Amino acid sequence: MRFAEKSASAQVGPQADVVVSSRVRLARNVAGFPFVARSSDLQRQEVMQMVTRAPLGNEFGSGLTWVNMSQTTPLERQLLVERHLVSRHFAESVIPRTVGVDTEETLSVMVNEEDHLRIQTILPGFRPVDAFNEARKLDVAMEATVDFSFSTRWGYLTACPTNVGCGVRVGVMLHLPGLRYTGEMERVKRAAKDMHLAMRGFYGEGTEAVGNFYQVSNQLTLGCSEDDLIRRFAEETVPHLVDYERSARAMLAENNRPLLDDKVHRAVATLRAARLLGAEEATKLLANLRLGICMQVIKDVELELVQRLLLQVQPAHLARIDPAATDEDKGRLARASMVRLALRG
Amino acid sequence: MKCDLCNNPSVVHEVVIKSGVTTEVHLCSEHAAAKGYQVPTAPVKQLLAQFVGQTPTIHVTTRRDAIGQTRCPGCGLTFSEFRQTGVLGCPGCYEAFMPQIGAVIERAQAGAVHHVGRSPLRTEGVADRAALRQRLLHEINAAVAAEQYERAASLRDQLQSMGESGTA
Repeated sequence: MRFAEKSASAQVGPQADVVVSSRVRLARNVAGFPFVARSSDLQRQEVMQMVTRAPLGNEFGSGLTWVNMSQTTPLERQLLVERHLVSRHFAESVIPRTVGVDTEETLSVMVNEEDHLRIQTILPGFRPVDAFNEARKLDVAMEATVDFSFSTRWGYLTACPTNVGCGVRVGVMLHLPGLRYTGEMERVKRAAKDMHLAMRGFYGEGTEAVGNFYQVSNQLTLGCSEDDLIRRFAEETVPHLVDYERSARAMLAENNRPLLDDKVHRAVATLRAARLLGAEEATKLLANLRLGICMQVIKDVELELVQRLLLQVQPAHLARIDPAATDEDKGRLARASMVRLALRG
Repeated sequence: MKCDLCNNPSVVHEVVIKSGVTTEVHLCSEHAAAKGYQVPTAPVKQLLAQFVGQTPTIHVTTRRDAIGQTRCPGCGLTFSEFRQTGVLGCPGCYEAFMPQIGAVIERAQAGAVHHVGRSPLRTEGVADRAALRQRLLHEINAAVAAEQYERAASLRDQLQSMGESGTA
């Protein structure tokens, strides 16, 4: 299995100081079949065939590369999760399933996740509108040959009724250390709940916000059009959160400069000196280095390098570079060595 | 209806209109076979059940099992199973579990109860076909109840000729 040279989640895009990446996911089900959980393996395979054979037209260049998940190794599945191309649930599932990925790794289609299709786009930085337009393009191309379950009352019918309607989930991965270090995080979480937003950890539902990275996405999918939903998210919701984080950072720099400097310099010193580094520890330290770069505390390290390292320190990515790193102790050694080398001043 | 020639229930019904005169024939399976009529080996209801079984997302009415549990006729999921997993079994569940599912959606979607937004490019076709399928199924049921088996068979042929796509 081949991966793109640069994962979208390892690049730097607009408003990168706070917004790491933008993601849109569309949930669709093929008409005439039970939903995935209630389908037989034969029906699941039939859906896979229908979707993978659907002609997508010239707009998608060389098209999607389909990866049959049953034929992947555990390492490849973990790589797909770390690159945010598939969900953990999808990687760990044992039913017939496949994922289609484009060459840039901005577009992916999971077949037989919770819904028959999960069309997903991920772009670096703050680009929710572009992400939606890309996902919608593939949606339209699929619709030309595949009938989706739809009712005029409920919209696109999904396995979980919380996704029914337009079936659109738009989200951003935010870096919110300012809000965390100024003690504002609980207030933000409450506000997010009131605004019907979900706040999840680094790898989505049920995962922790390691390094103060949070995935923020809409919870409502019914009663407003896709365009309104995306516009509100892009023009109101996220800018509000981004402003809040920037104010918190400014407040931190003004009122508690030693704390900020300590967090950043301690992280840099550890990253440049450590001989053993776990994935979670490395993520937390790189996140503080990221904050230091964005607040111009650190000027000799590029943000893009940190973004790339945040991906490369993850277990499967490390194991791909150094196969011996699958062993936990050797992995810690290899991770520390890789980070030291990359940050050599 | 009883057989014209004995007291057994009739299984073959024929209405002939010739020169303005209507003649009805109702025969039991034995007398129908003796007079050369082709006797259906499986009741139309069974035929219908077989057909409905092939299209799990289409259903006629919501069933209730022995303990009064609402069960989706399309996929067999019960509402309490849905409450345990939070996941529906098929598109037909949305209709089968009304009004409970409507209340669940309304709560989850901050009071919204109707889709606003885009539809699939071929929605009209899909929605129309789905509506037509439902109507045909109702008509088949009504025809069977009224023992209009020829009409039921003709409607069934129409339904089969629509293919498998098109659900609501």
